[in-house]
Amino acid sequence: MDRIPILKMGQFLLVTIQVDMHDQLAITLQDDLTNRIAKERSRGVLLDISALDVVDSFIGRMIANISSMARVLDAQTVVVGMQPAVAITLVELGLPLEGVHTALNVEKGMVLLRRQLAAGAS
Amino acid sequence: MAIRSPEDIVHMRREVREQAIRQGFSLVDQTKVVTAASELARNIINYGGGGEMILQALAEGVRKGLKLAFVDQGPGIPDIELALKDGYTTGGGMGLGLGGAKRLSSEFHIESRVGAGTRVTITRWK
Repeated sequence: MDRIPILKMGQFLLVTIQVDMHDQLAITLQDDLTNRIAKERSRGVLLDISALDVVDSFIGRMIANISSMARVLDAQTVVVGMQPAVAITLVELGLPLEGVHTALNVEKGMVLLRRQLAAGAS
Repeated sequence: MAIRSPEDIVHMRREVREQAIRQGFSLVDQTKVVTAASELARNIINYGGGGEMILQALAEGVRKGLKLAFVDQGPGIPDIELALKDGYTTGGGMGLGLGGAKRLSSEFHIESRVGAGTRVTITRWK
């Protein structure tokens, strides 16, 4: 069965979505990711969507769900690498992904996660 | 082309993208028309019991466009105005599909008969 790999990077998890998402793959990813957050006690998730040239309301909902599920498990999610054309389309579609943190690339996303963790610890 | 499974949506997106490129659409316009098509194809699967998408390349003088029709023989939509409202859903989705597809298109047309099916046609001009 198809699976999206989840890489551990210190206290964070990196998920790079490179294939065209379909329903079963999205559900499997939500299951895998929540299990990994619990198992590794991860405090942050970087969701790299730079390879996605379309984000429709189905995938948008998956992103929002992942972010909510991670938050309940005490982990922050940062969506990184959204293509500009996808950003324009998402807002017009009516899905501005409010409450979901974003960064331009993985490096900036990592800085954001570290800063959030430091702010939470102090 | 037939729209019966979530995998068909993936194939359809690829086909619409290729046609949009062939028509000379900008990257943003490609993304908009593919996203709108994705929403409507998902509606066909979730609510229409499967159906088909008919694609037509348009050329009016120098103006180029794409016309996509999404047809199903499902239960139909009793209240189209309500179905177009953002946030309204009968299927547990986000209720953005129809309204979102309309916003992403240059022209939008919907016909539906309860018990007979639904036909949504969108046009995106370059």
